[in-house]
Amino acid sequence: MKSEYITGNTSVNGEAIPVVSTELNTKDFLGAVMVRWGINRDRYRVNPGIYAVGSPGPGAEVFVSANYKLSFDSLRKNLQGKNGWILVLDTKGVNVWCAAGKGTFGTKELINRINIVNLDKIVSHKRLILPQLGATGVAAFKVKEETGFNVHYGPVRAADIKKFIADGYRADKEMRKVNFSFIDRVKLIPNDFVYGKFYLLAAMAVLFLLSGISAHGFSYRNFQDEGGSAILKVFLAYFAGIVITPIFLPYLPARFFSFKGFYSGTIVFLILLLTRSAGHNLFEILSWFLIITTISSFLAMNFTGSSTYTSLSGVKKEMKISIPLQIGFAFTGIGLQIAEKLIY
Amino acid sequence: MKELVYLPDVVTLNLCEATCNGCGMCIKVCPHEVFELSGKKAHIVRKDFCMECGACALNCQVKAITVNSGVGCAAGIIGGILNNTEPTCGCSDSKAACC
Ligand code: SF4
Ligand code: SF4
Repeated sequence: MKSEYITGNTSVNGEAIPVVSTELNTKDFLGAVMVRWGINRDRYRVNPGIYAVGSPGPGAEVFVSANYKLSFDSLRKNLQGKNGWILVLDTKGVNVWCAAGKGTFGTKELINRINIVNLDKIVSHKRLILPQLGATGVAAFKVKEETGFNVHYGPVRAADIKKFIADGYRADKEMRKVNFSFIDRVKLIPNDFVYGKFYLLAAMAVLFLLSGISAHGFSYRNFQDEGGSAILKVFLAYFAGIVITPIFLPYLPARFFSFKGFYSGTIVFLILLLTRSAGHNLFEILSWFLIITTISSFLAMNFTGSSTYTSLSGVKKEMKISIPLQIGFAFTGIGLQIAEKLIY
Repeated sequence: MKELVYLPDVVTLNLCEATCNGCGMCIKVCPHEVFELSGKKAHIVRKDFCMECGACALNCQVKAITVNSGVGCAAGIIGGILNNTEPTCGCSDSKAACC
Protein backbone atom coordinates (compact mmCIF):
# COMPACT_ATOMS: atom_id res chain seq x y z
CA MET A 1 0.00 0.00 0.00
CA LYS A 2 1.34 3.40 -0.90
CA SER A 3 1.44 5.74 2.06
CA GLU A 4 -0.39 9.00 1.69
CA TYR A 5 2.53 11.16 2.69
CA ILE A 6 4.44 9.95 -0.36
CA THR A 7 3.78 12.34 -3.21
CA GLY A 8 6.00 10.85 -5.90
CA ASN A 9 9.44 9.57 -6.68
CA THR A 10 12.79 10.99 -7.54
CA SER A 11 15.33 8.95 -9.41
CA VAL A 12 18.92 8.71 -8.24
CA ASN A 13 21.31 6.45 -10.17
CA GLY A 14 18.30 4.67 -11.64
CA GLU A 15 16.76 3.95 -8.23
CA ALA A 16 13.42 5.45 -7.29
CA ILE A 17 13.42 7.29 -3.97
CA PRO A 18 10.04 8.29 -2.55
CA VAL A 19 9.37 12.00 -2.09
CA VAL A 20 7.38 12.91 1.01
CA SER A 21 5.09 15.82 1.65
CA THR A 22 5.94 18.38 4.32
CA GLU A 23 2.29 19.09 5.01
CA LEU A 24 0.54 17.04 7.63
CA ASN A 25 -3.08 16.27 6.77
CA THR A 26 -6.11 15.51 8.89
CA LYS A 27 -5.28 11.85 8.87
CA ASP A 28 -1.82 12.51 10.30
CA PHE A 29 -3.36 14.60 13.07
CA LEU A 30 -6.00 12.01 13.88
CA GLY A 31 -3.37 9.33 13.89
CA ALA A 32 -1.28 11.37 16.32
CA VAL A 33 -4.23 11.84 18.64
CA MET A 34 -4.97 8.12 18.59
CA VAL A 35 -1.38 7.25 19.36
CA ARG A 36 -1.43 9.61 22.33
CA TRP A 37 -4.40 7.67 23.64
CA GLY A 38 -2.54 4.44 23.11
CA ILE A 39 -4.64 3.32 20.14
CA ASN A 40 -3.00 1.70 17.16
CA ARG A 41 0.44 2.47 18.48
CA ASP A 42 2.05 -0.63 17.09
CA ARG A 43 1.03 0.04 13.54
CA TYR A 44 2.16 3.63 13.52
CA ARG A 45 5.29 2.99 11.56
CA VAL A 46 7.15 4.19 8.50
CA ASN A 47 9.18 1.85 6.33
CA PRO A 48 12.89 2.25 7.06
CA GLY A 49 14.96 3.62 4.20
CA ILE A 50 15.72 6.85 2.40
CA TYR A 51 13.17 9.54 1.51
CA ALA A 52 13.40 12.86 -0.30
CA VAL A 53 11.95 16.20 0.78
CA GLY A 54 11.54 18.84 -1.96
CA SER A 55 13.96 18.16 -4.79
CA PRO A 56 17.27 17.41 -3.15
CA GLY A 57 20.52 17.01 -5.05
CA PRO A 58 23.73 15.28 -4.01
CA GLY A 59 24.68 18.27 -1.87
CA ALA A 60 21.49 18.26 0.23
CA GLU A 61 21.57 17.46 3.93
CA VAL A 62 20.68 14.05 5.33
CA PHE A 63 18.43 13.99 8.40
CA VAL A 64 18.18 10.78 10.36
CA SER A 65 14.93 9.74 12.01
CA ALA A 66 13.19 6.83 13.69
CA ASN A 67 10.48 4.82 12.00
CA TYR A 68 7.92 5.87 14.58
CA LYS A 69 5.51 7.89 12.51
CA LEU A 70 5.23 10.76 15.00
CA SER A 71 9.01 11.28 14.94
CA PHE A 72 9.01 11.11 11.15
CA ASP A 73 6.03 13.46 10.85
CA SER A 74 7.49 16.12 13.07
CA LEU A 75 10.72 16.02 11.09
CA ARG A 76 9.13 16.33 7.63
CA LYS A 77 6.79 19.05 8.83
CA ASN A 78 9.77 21.10 9.99
CA LEU A 79 11.58 20.66 6.70
CA GLN A 80 8.93 22.59 4.81
CA GLY A 81 10.45 24.60 1.99
CA LYS A 82 13.78 22.78 2.25
CA ASN A 83 15.44 20.22 0.05
CA GLY A 84 16.87 17.33 1.93
CA TRP A 85 17.03 13.61 2.52
CA ILE A 86 15.51 11.70 5.40
CA LEU A 87 17.15 8.46 6.43
CA VAL A 88 14.69 6.42 8.47
CA LEU A 89 16.20 3.81 10.78
CA ASP A 90 14.39 0.66 11.79
CA THR A 91 13.60 1.37 15.43
CA LYS A 92 10.65 -1.06 15.53
CA GLY A 93 8.21 1.82 15.53
CA VAL A 94 9.63 3.42 18.66
CA ASN A 95 10.48 7.11 19.02
CA VAL A 96 14.03 8.38 18.93
CA TRP A 97 14.71 8.70 22.62
CA CYS A 98 13.22 5.40 23.70
CA ALA A 99 14.84 3.65 20.79
CA ALA A 100 18.22 5.20 21.54
CA GLY A 101 17.93 4.04 25.14
CA LYS A 102 17.25 0.53 23.93
CA GLY A 103 19.94 0.71 21.29
CA THR A 104 17.63 0.22 18.29
CA PHE A 105 18.29 3.81 17.27
CA GLY A 106 21.92 2.87 17.50
CA THR A 107 25.34 2.80 15.97
CA LYS A 108 24.86 -0.60 14.34
CA GLU A 109 21.50 0.16 12.76
CA LEU A 110 22.73 3.51 11.46
CA ILE A 111 25.80 1.96 9.85
CA ASN A 112 23.64 -0.79 8.40
CA ARG A 113 21.08 1.60 6.98
CA ILE A 114 23.77 3.83 5.43
CA ASN A 115 25.08 0.76 3.62
CA ILE A 116 21.69 -0.63 2.62
CA VAL A 117 20.57 2.56 0.92
CA ASN A 118 24.05 3.25 -0.50
CA LEU A 119 24.05 6.70 0.98
CA ASP A 120 27.48 7.50 -0.40
CA LYS A 121 26.02 7.14 -3.93
CA ILE A 122 23.13 9.45 -3.13
CA VAL A 123 25.00 12.34 -1.58
CA SER A 124 28.42 13.74 -2.35
CA HIS A 125 29.16 14.98 1.17
CA LYS A 126 29.79 13.16 4.45
CA ARG A 127 27.40 14.86 6.84
CA LEU A 128 24.51 13.33 8.78
CA ILE A 129 22.21 15.28 11.05
CA LEU A 130 20.81 13.29 13.97
CA PRO A 131 18.40 14.39 16.63
CA GLN A 132 20.48 15.00 19.73
CA LEU A 133 18.51 12.52 21.79
CA GLY A 134 19.74 9.81 19.44
CA ALA A 135 23.18 10.22 21.01
CA THR A 136 22.21 7.83 23.77
CA GLY A 137 22.35 5.05 21.19
CA VAL A 138 24.81 6.31 18.60
CA ALA A 139 28.56 6.65 19.04
CA ALA A 140 29.43 9.27 16.46
CA PHE A 141 33.09 8.35 16.25
CA LYS A 142 32.28 4.71 15.47
CA VAL A 143 29.96 5.72 12.63
CA LYS A 144 32.79 7.83 11.25
CA GLU A 145 35.25 4.94 11.48
CA GLU A 146 32.95 2.50 9.73
CA THR A 147 31.32 4.64 7.07
CA GLY A 148 33.22 7.90 6.83
CA PHE A 149 30.09 9.87 7.66
CA ASN A 150 30.29 12.60 10.28
CA VAL A 151 27.43 12.63 12.73
CA HIS A 152 26.22 16.09 13.70
CA TYR A 153 23.84 16.20 16.57
CA GLY A 154 21.05 18.64 15.84
CA PRO A 155 18.48 20.12 18.20
CA VAL A 156 16.44 18.08 20.65
CA ARG A 157 13.18 19.35 19.16
CA ALA A 158 12.41 19.08 15.45
CA ALA A 159 10.78 22.51 15.71
CA ASP A 160 14.26 24.04 16.08
CA ILE A 161 15.59 22.49 12.89
CA LYS A 162 15.08 25.57 10.74
CA LYS A 163 16.91 27.75 13.20
CA PHE A 164 19.62 25.13 13.50
CA ILE A 165 20.13 25.22 9.73
CA ALA A 166 19.96 29.01 9.60
CA ASP A 167 22.59 29.24 12.34
CA GLY A 168 25.01 27.22 10.25
CA TYR A 169 24.27 23.77 11.73
CA ARG A 170 24.92 24.85 15.25
CA ALA A 171 22.67 23.86 18.10
CA ASP A 172 22.77 26.49 20.82
CA LYS A 173 22.39 25.74 24.52
CA GLU A 174 18.63 26.04 24.50
CA MET A 175 18.26 23.73 21.51
CA ARG A 176 20.32 21.08 23.24
CA LYS A 177 18.42 21.11 26.44
CA VAL A 178 15.56 18.83 27.33
CA ASN A 179 12.74 20.55 29.15
CA PHE A 180 9.79 19.06 30.86
CA SER A 181 7.28 21.82 30.45
CA PHE A 182 3.64 21.88 31.41
CA ILE A 183 2.69 21.02 27.83
CA ASP A 184 5.21 18.17 27.64
CA ARG A 185 3.71 16.71 30.79
CA VAL A 186 0.09 17.15 29.74
CA LYS A 187 0.76 15.40 26.44
CA LEU A 188 1.82 12.29 28.33
CA ILE A 189 -1.32 12.07 30.43
CA PRO A 190 -3.67 10.32 27.96
CA ASN A 191 -1.24 7.51 27.33
CA ASP A 192 -0.52 6.97 31.02
CA PHE A 193 -4.21 7.12 31.72
CA VAL A 194 -4.87 4.29 29.30
CA TYR A 195 -1.73 2.41 30.26
CA GLY A 196 -2.72 2.10 33.90
CA LYS A 197 -6.21 0.82 33.21
CA PHE A 198 -5.45 -2.65 34.53
CA TYR A 199 -4.27 -1.26 37.84
CA LEU A 200 -7.40 0.84 37.92
CA LEU A 201 -9.76 -2.04 37.22
CA ALA A 202 -7.98 -4.34 39.65
CA ALA A 203 -8.07 -1.79 42.47
CA MET A 204 -11.70 -0.99 41.76
CA ALA A 205 -12.60 -4.67 41.83
CA VAL A 206 -10.81 -5.28 45.14
CA LEU A 207 -12.37 -2.32 46.90
CA PHE A 208 -15.77 -3.05 45.46
CA LEU A 209 -15.57 -6.56 46.87
CA LEU A 210 -14.40 -5.21 50.22
CA SER A 211 -17.34 -2.83 50.30
CA GLY A 212 -19.67 -5.81 50.42
CA ILE A 213 -18.23 -7.27 53.59
CA SER A 214 -20.31 -7.17 56.73
CA ALA A 215 -20.28 -9.01 60.05
CA HIS A 216 -22.60 -11.57 58.43
CA GLY A 217 -20.52 -12.22 55.32
CA PHE A 218 -21.14 -10.48 52.02
CA SER A 219 -24.20 -8.35 51.97
CA TYR A 220 -26.04 -7.07 48.94
CA ARG A 221 -27.16 -4.00 50.78
CA ASN A 222 -23.56 -3.04 51.46
CA PHE A 223 -22.66 -3.41 47.80
CA GLN A 224 -25.59 -1.18 46.95
CA ASP A 225 -24.79 1.41 49.57
CA GLU A 226 -21.00 1.45 49.46
CA GLY A 227 -19.86 -0.20 46.21
CA GLY A 228 -20.38 2.81 43.98
CA SER A 229 -18.65 5.18 46.33
CA ALA A 230 -15.70 2.78 46.71
CA ILE A 231 -15.27 2.69 42.94
CA LEU A 232 -15.46 6.46 42.76
CA LYS A 233 -12.80 6.87 45.43
CA VAL A 234 -10.45 4.52 43.63
CA PHE A 235 -11.04 6.44 40.44
CA LEU A 236 -10.23 9.73 42.18
CA ALA A 237 -7.04 8.23 43.57
CA TYR A 238 -6.12 7.14 40.05
CA PHE A 239 -6.86 10.61 38.81
CA ALA A 240 -4.62 12.08 41.51
CA GLY A 241 -1.69 9.86 40.51
CA ILE A 242 -2.03 10.12 36.76
CA VAL A 243 -3.46 13.57 36.13
CA ILE A 244 -2.91 15.83 39.15
CA THR A 245 0.66 14.71 39.82
CA PRO A 246 2.05 15.41 36.34
CA ILE A 247 0.22 18.72 36.07
CA PHE A 248 1.50 20.05 39.38
CA LEU A 249 4.80 18.17 39.28
CA PRO A 250 7.11 21.13 39.98
CA TYR A 251 4.88 22.44 42.75
CA LEU A 252 4.35 19.30 44.81
CA PRO A 253 6.84 19.73 47.64
CA ALA A 254 8.92 16.56 47.40
CA ARG A 255 11.71 15.14 45.29
CA PHE A 256 10.46 11.58 45.22
CA PHE A 257 7.69 11.13 42.69
CA SER A 258 6.02 8.71 45.07
CA PHE A 259 5.85 11.46 47.70
CA LYS A 260 4.52 13.91 45.15
CA GLY A 261 1.82 11.34 44.44
CA PHE A 262 1.17 11.00 48.14
CA TYR A 263 0.46 14.73 48.27
CA SER A 264 -1.86 14.77 45.29
CA GLY A 265 -3.67 11.78 46.81
CA THR A 266 -3.95 13.78 50.02
CA ILE A 267 -5.55 16.65 48.12
CA VAL A 268 -8.20 14.30 46.74
CA PHE A 269 -8.72 12.84 50.19
CA LEU A 270 -9.18 16.28 51.74
CA ILE A 271 -11.78 17.13 49.14
CA LEU A 272 -13.64 13.95 50.04
CA LEU A 273 -13.31 14.78 53.72
CA LEU A 274 -14.64 18.31 53.29
CA THR A 275 -17.60 17.07 51.28
CA ARG A 276 -18.25 14.49 54.02
CA SER A 277 -17.73 11.58 51.63
CA ALA A 278 -14.55 10.11 53.11
CA GLY A 279 -16.34 7.66 55.40
CA HIS A 280 -18.77 7.26 58.26
CA ASN A 281 -16.31 6.82 61.12
CA LEU A 282 -12.68 7.32 61.97
CA PHE A 283 -11.69 3.79 60.94
CA GLU A 284 -13.19 4.14 57.53
CA ILE A 285 -11.86 7.63 56.98
CA LEU A 286 -8.35 6.58 57.94
CA SER A 287 -8.51 3.50 55.75
CA TRP A 288 -9.53 5.59 52.75
CA PHE A 289 -6.74 8.04 53.42
CA LEU A 290 -4.21 5.20 53.33
CA ILE A 291 -5.68 3.53 50.27
CA ILE A 292 -6.08 6.69 48.21
CA THR A 293 -2.57 7.96 48.93
CA THR A 294 -1.05 4.54 48.20
CA ILE A 295 -2.71 4.28 44.81
CA SER A 296 -1.78 7.83 43.88
CA SER A 297 1.76 7.41 45.15
CA PHE A 298 2.36 4.19 43.23
CA LEU A 299 1.07 5.64 39.98
CA ALA A 300 3.05 8.83 40.44
CA MET A 301 6.16 6.75 40.95
CA ASN A 302 5.55 5.18 37.57
CA PHE A 303 5.58 8.64 36.05
CA THR A 304 9.36 8.62 36.56
CA GLY A 305 9.40 6.62 33.35
CA SER A 306 7.79 9.42 31.40
CA SER A 307 9.79 12.22 32.92
CA THR A 308 12.92 13.54 31.30
CA TYR A 309 15.08 14.17 34.33
CA THR A 310 15.04 11.07 36.52
CA SER A 311 18.11 8.86 36.68
CA LEU A 312 18.21 5.11 37.12
CA SER A 313 20.17 5.40 40.38
CA GLY A 314 17.71 7.96 41.68
CA VAL A 315 14.65 5.90 40.87
CA LYS A 316 16.20 2.84 42.50
CA LYS A 317 16.79 4.84 45.65
CA GLU A 318 13.27 6.22 45.57
CA MET A 319 11.77 2.76 45.15
CA LYS A 320 13.80 1.27 47.96
CA ILE A 321 12.28 3.75 50.37
CA SER A 322 8.81 4.11 48.88
CA ILE A 323 7.74 0.60 48.07
CA PRO A 324 7.90 -0.67 51.67
CA LEU A 325 5.92 2.39 52.73
CA GLN A 326 3.35 1.82 50.01
CA ILE A 327 2.98 -1.82 50.99
CA GLY A 328 2.59 -0.85 54.64
CA PHE A 329 -0.02 1.78 53.80
CA ALA A 330 -1.95 -0.56 51.52
CA PHE A 331 -2.11 -3.41 54.03
CA THR A 332 -3.04 -1.16 56.92
CA GLY A 333 -5.67 0.56 54.80
CA ILE A 334 -7.25 -2.67 53.65
CA GLY A 335 -7.01 -4.13 57.16
CA LEU A 336 -8.81 -1.14 58.64
CA GLN A 337 -11.40 -1.33 55.93
CA ILE A 338 -12.21 -4.94 56.75
CA ALA A 339 -12.07 -4.35 60.50
CA GLU A 340 -14.43 -1.42 60.18
CA LYS A 341 -16.95 -3.51 58.26
CA LEU A 342 -16.84 -6.30 60.79
CA ILE A 343 -17.14 -4.02 63.81
CA TYR A 344 -19.78 -1.52 62.73
CA MET B 1 10.36 28.05 34.59
CA LYS B 2 12.55 26.62 37.28
CA GLU B 3 14.48 23.65 36.01
CA LEU B 4 13.57 20.37 37.58
CA VAL B 5 16.20 18.43 39.45
CA TYR B 6 15.63 14.97 40.86
CA LEU B 7 17.66 13.64 43.81
CA PRO B 8 20.98 15.03 45.05
CA ASP B 9 24.12 12.86 45.21
CA VAL B 10 22.85 9.67 43.62
CA VAL B 11 24.18 9.92 40.10
CA THR B 12 26.93 7.50 39.07
CA LEU B 13 28.54 9.84 36.53
CA ASN B 14 32.33 10.09 36.57
CA LEU B 15 34.78 12.00 34.44
CA CYS B 16 38.50 11.36 34.33
CA GLU B 17 39.87 14.78 33.49
CA ALA B 18 43.37 13.45 32.89
CA THR B 19 42.11 11.27 30.02
CA CYS B 20 39.89 13.95 28.50
CA ASN B 21 41.17 15.51 25.28
CA GLY B 22 38.79 18.44 25.34
CA CYS B 23 36.91 17.48 22.15
CA GLY B 24 33.66 18.86 23.56
CA MET B 25 31.47 16.03 22.32
CA CYS B 26 30.01 15.33 25.77
CA ILE B 27 28.80 18.92 25.95
CA LYS B 28 27.07 18.59 22.58
CA VAL B 29 25.17 15.43 23.45
CA CYS B 30 24.15 16.09 27.04
CA PRO B 31 20.50 17.11 27.34
CA HIS B 32 20.97 18.64 30.79
CA GLU B 33 24.07 20.84 30.49
CA VAL B 34 26.01 18.75 32.94
CA PHE B 35 29.45 19.56 31.47
CA GLU B 36 31.43 22.66 30.78
CA LEU B 37 34.66 23.07 28.88
CA SER B 38 37.45 25.15 30.33
CA GLY B 39 41.21 24.93 30.04
CA LYS B 40 40.84 22.34 27.22
CA LYS B 41 39.17 19.90 29.59
CA ALA B 42 35.58 18.99 30.25
CA HIS B 43 34.31 19.41 33.81
CA ILE B 44 31.20 18.15 35.51
CA VAL B 45 29.39 21.23 36.71
CA ARG B 46 25.80 20.13 37.33
CA LYS B 47 26.02 16.54 38.41
CA ASP B 48 22.62 16.31 40.06
CA PHE B 49 20.92 17.22 36.78
CA CYS B 50 22.33 14.12 35.08
CA MET B 51 19.70 11.55 34.13
CA GLU B 52 22.19 8.78 33.40
CA CYS B 53 21.20 8.51 29.75
CA GLY B 54 24.73 7.50 28.83
CA ALA B 55 25.05 9.65 25.70
CA CYS B 56 28.23 11.33 26.92
CA ALA B 57 30.03 8.11 27.81
CA LEU B 58 29.05 6.46 24.53
CA ASN B 59 30.28 9.42 22.50
CA CYS B 60 33.54 9.99 24.35
CA GLN B 61 36.17 8.55 22.08
CA VAL B 62 38.84 8.29 24.78
CA LYS B 63 36.48 6.74 27.32
CA ALA B 64 37.04 9.45 29.90
CA ILE B 65 33.43 9.23 31.11
CA THR B 66 31.75 6.40 32.95
CA VAL B 67 28.13 6.28 34.01
CA ASN B 68 25.91 3.45 35.05
CA SER B 69 23.28 4.26 32.45
CA GLY B 70 19.76 3.03 32.04
CA VAL B 71 16.17 4.13 32.09
CA GLY B 72 15.08 6.02 35.18
CA CYS B 73 11.69 4.42 35.18
CA ALA B 74 10.01 2.67 38.10
CA ALA B 75 7.81 0.46 35.91
CA GLY B 76 10.90 -0.58 33.97
CA ILE B 77 12.77 -1.47 37.13
CA ILE B 78 9.85 -3.51 38.47
CA GLY B 79 9.59 -5.24 35.09
CA GLY B 80 13.32 -5.90 35.17
CA ILE B 81 13.10 -7.50 38.60
CA LEU B 82 10.11 -9.63 37.64
CA ASN B 83 11.71 -10.84 34.43
CA ASN B 84 15.20 -10.98 35.89
CA THR B 85 16.62 -8.64 33.25
CA GLU B 86 18.05 -5.16 33.07
CA PRO B 87 15.48 -2.44 33.66
CA THR B 88 13.80 -1.72 30.36
CA CYS B 89 10.84 0.37 29.52
CA GLY B 90 8.03 -1.15 27.55
CA CYS B 91 8.26 1.33 24.73
CA SER B 92 7.71 -1.15 21.97
CA ASP B 93 4.57 -2.87 23.07
CA SER B 94 1.26 -1.33 22.35
CA LYS B 95 0.11 -0.76 25.89
CA ALA B 96 3.15 0.81 27.34
CA ALA B 97 3.80 4.34 28.33
CA CYS B 98 7.13 5.53 27.14
CA CYS B 99 10.23 6.24 29.11
S1 SF4 C 1 33.81 13.72 25.08
FE1 SF4 C 1 35.43 12.87 26.38
S2 SF4 C 1 37.31 13.67 25.54
FE2 SF4 C 1 35.66 14.91 24.69
S3 SF4 C 1 35.49 16.65 26.07
FE3 SF4 C 1 34.05 15.12 26.81
S4 SF4 C 1 35.20 13.94 28.30
FE4 SF4 C 1 36.68 15.08 27.14
S1 SF4 D 1 24.53 10.58 31.22
FE1 SF4 D 1 23.26 11.88 29.91
S2 SF4 D 1 22.45 13.45 31.28
FE2 SF4 D 1 24.17 12.48 32.34
S3 SF4 D 1 25.91 13.76 31.86
FE3 SF4 D 1 25.90 12.11 30.35
S4 SF4 D 1 24.74 12.96 28.63
FE4 SF4 D 1 24.33 14.28 30.39
